[in-house]
Amino acid sequence: MTDITKDAIAPPRSFLSQDAIQLFYRLLAALLICAVLAVLSDSFLSLGNILNVLRQASLTFFIASGLTLVVLTAGLDLSVGANVALSACIAGTVIHKTGSPALGILTGLACGGIVGLLNGIMVTALRIPSFIATYGMLWVLNGLTYWYMAGETLHGFPAGFRQIGSGYLFGLPIPVYLLLVFLGIGTLFAQRTIWGQEIYAIGANPVAARLSGIPVARRLLLVYAVSGTMAGLASIIFLSRLNSAEADIGESLTLPAIAAVLIGGTSLFGGVGTVFGTFIGALILTLVLNGMNLLSVSANWQPLVTGIIVILAVWLDMKTRRRAQ
Amino acid sequence: MSDALPIEATTPTPLLELRGISKEFPGVKALDDVSFAVYPGEVHMLLGENGAGKSSLMKVLCGAYHADAGEFYHNGEKVAISSTADAQKLGIAVIFQEFSLVPYLDIAQNIFLGREPKGRIPGTIDRRKILADARRVLGTIGFDIDPSTTVDKLGVAQQQMVEIAKAISQNARILVMDEPTAALSDRETELLFALIARLKADGVSIVYISHRMAEVFALGDRITVLRDGRRIDGVRPADVTPDQLVRMMVGRNVDMTYPRNFADKPGEILLEVKGLTASTGISDINIEVRRGEIVGLCGLVGSGRSEVARAIFGADPVTSGEIIFDGKAIAGEPDLATRRGIALIPESRKSEGLALLRSVSDNLVVSALRKLFPSGLFDQRGAQRTSDSLIRQLRIATPSARQTVGLLSGGNQQKVVIGKWLAAGSKLFIFDEPTRGIDIGAKSEIFALIDRLVAEGAAALMISSEQVEICHVCDRAYVMREGRIAGHLTRNELTEENIVRLGMHHA
Repeated sequence: MTDITKDAIAPPRSFLSQDAIQLFYRLLAALLICAVLAVLSDSFLSLGNILNVLRQASLTFFIASGLTLVVLTAGLDLSVGANVALSACIAGTVIHKTGSPALGILTGLACGGIVGLLNGIMVTALRIPSFIATYGMLWVLNGLTYWYMAGETLHGFPAGFRQIGSGYLFGLPIPVYLLLVFLGIGTLFAQRTIWGQEIYAIGANPVAARLSGIPVARRLLLVYAVSGTMAGLASIIFLSRLNSAEADIGESLTLPAIAAVLIGGTSLFGGVGTVFGTFIGALILTLVLNGMNLLSVSANWQPLVTGIIVILAVWLDMKTRRRAQ
Repeated sequence: MSDALPIEATTPTPLLELRGISKEFPGVKALDDVSFAVYPGEVHMLLGENGAGKSSLMKVLCGAYHADAGEFYHNGEKVAISSTADAQKLGIAVIFQEFSLVPYLDIAQNIFLGREPKGRIPGTIDRRKILADARRVLGTIGFDIDPSTTVDKLGVAQQQMVEIAKAISQNARILVMDEPTAALSDRETELLFALIARLKADGVSIVYISHRMAEVFALGDRITVLRDGRRIDGVRPADVTPDQLVRMMVGRNVDMTYPRNFADKPGEILLEVKGLTASTGISDINIEVRRGEIVGLCGLVGSGRSEVARAIFGADPVTSGEIIFDGKAIAGEPDLATRRGIALIPESRKSEGLALLRSVSDNLVVSALRKLFPSGLFDQRGAQRTSDSLIRQLRIATPSARQTVGLLSGGNQQKVVIGKWLAAGSKLFIFDEPTRGIDIGAKSEIFALIDRLVAEGAAALMISSEQVEICHVCDRAYVMREGRIAGHLTRNELTEENIVRLGMHHA
């Protein structure tokens, strides 16, 4: 019989898991940015500004949280922004036509979910790489939205509906409550359900996952549907906050959402990352942009800075992970 | 431990000598004070179990690893090998098991990749010269083929020839070959041996890693045995017997035992395959497996054995035929087969069996999630408990259940794949080459495990190219040929000779 100690290869992992360490670094980075901004700008620490940062971060987070699940399976959903635009325009129309915000909200969520499901079908049944399937979907959705809106703007929604995006409860913006709720749900789903475990397994090795008895196609359908539904949710918040809907509102949403996922430590190769990381990613992204506004740095610099942060975050991740192995 | 190889008075200076090489990775000494010398025009066999340090030594030799300690001498002069470029300059070339050829370029372009003769127009290749040069190089190794053939059209043996031609074109004087005959047929092996003799005559030295005892004695001028990262001994083939070499490799007397308690009479039918045909090239397969049995599935590589396994498991679609498992027909994806109690231990553990970057625990529970957590709520501590008990039960050598599974040795990785199905409570275990790339000790453990499983009422269908294994372990066996079942052998008929006879073409 083999001597059992013979091929023990590496020392046990440290007490904290790799994920926990990555999250800790990110929280530290976010706090550091806060500290720097607090020193540089008097208005940063004002209650109004902090709430504003949280509200902004929540909008990015809603889209990015669903996207995180997709990226965990080594996929990508490039259609989220276009999905938000279409869902917002359809939900807005329903509210205008029926006068019922509840019906509008349901339609928006359903529209987002169906688009996600279609993405899932393209990826699983038609076996189109997700990057290409959702890129095509982006154009299709844009086309549909522009055709549907025909240059019009939907404007003016019931006051109750507008509370969702701009109202306060016990001094906190309502989107912040939603943020906490979905952060909790997302984290529980990914870490504490067997579906979540299966999603990680699929991302780590899809062939092995299938041969281990995981219904890979069904899980992927679920993941894309969730990503679409979260885009639907984001569309409602946008509609409510802006009090209007236009065909082009989604165009600046997809890339920041991807940035939040990447800054949050989720690997584009799948199997590695957390929903909580994406929250911190969204926070870091928002903090930096907020700080640049407060310091009167021209908005023209913002894309450049975002890009550098994404590259830096991914590079540092790769470095620390490589060392850990 | 002897310090140096037996050196005769007339022995010239070694072409390359390594002294006191050590290489450490976190937690493991891959190489521990290893000395190693290669003389001009010799075939130097490198022997050792998996994990003995052969690969590490090879990587140090070709500059892919930087040794922590030790010295290199080339023709008696001290040199440094700290990069692959250094090694190349010293004339060291490695033929890895996985070739590094570009499939869509032709043979000539592959041989001279990065060193193409320039054409008259800047940025172009002198096509006529590169073909002529390639033809010349191929001629020196006696490989008669048109150098403008693209590499993806070549078989494994031919690709290996191109690799060798590439090395020769770079003036390699030391050729390191890692199990070069592993994927070759007998005829191709003969051609390779002839080529090796030819290179030897030209004064090229060959470092040859092998697991096949026959090769060691047929080819080797000198043998170095490694074990646990240390050099155990250096000997000449004439001075040792195969048994002595095995003892050096494993450090103890191991007569390969196949623990198996044959049952008096097998249980009820668990799997019945009737007229199974699939587009993957298998047709009219009829198989029966009973509880308590280990049934072999043999035949040549490519005869359709793995395809039968995949079709039963639902991994490939079935065109016609019936699979009845535990009394009920089964047709669907692997998730259905898994729920019903079928387990597949695939041939390629790294690419199909494991998520290498995930932990031992994650991999052990992945097929049993629904069984372990019927509420759908996953609990890391519960998973850990299940994993810890499997790690103990299977004696998986890992520091903890949280260890990344990719860092375990081959044998222990295989135990994790099997453990995954134990956790799932599978009833039928389909093993596809379960002992490939696993050292002897772990092999015998895995057979003991399979024996225990079937004794407890499970059943096993075992694919193996190692006919000795089939003969010692199986109750009976089916032999495949060209996608069909060519015959069935009962326990009494089960001999290597019969397997080969049935599996051969035009038998």
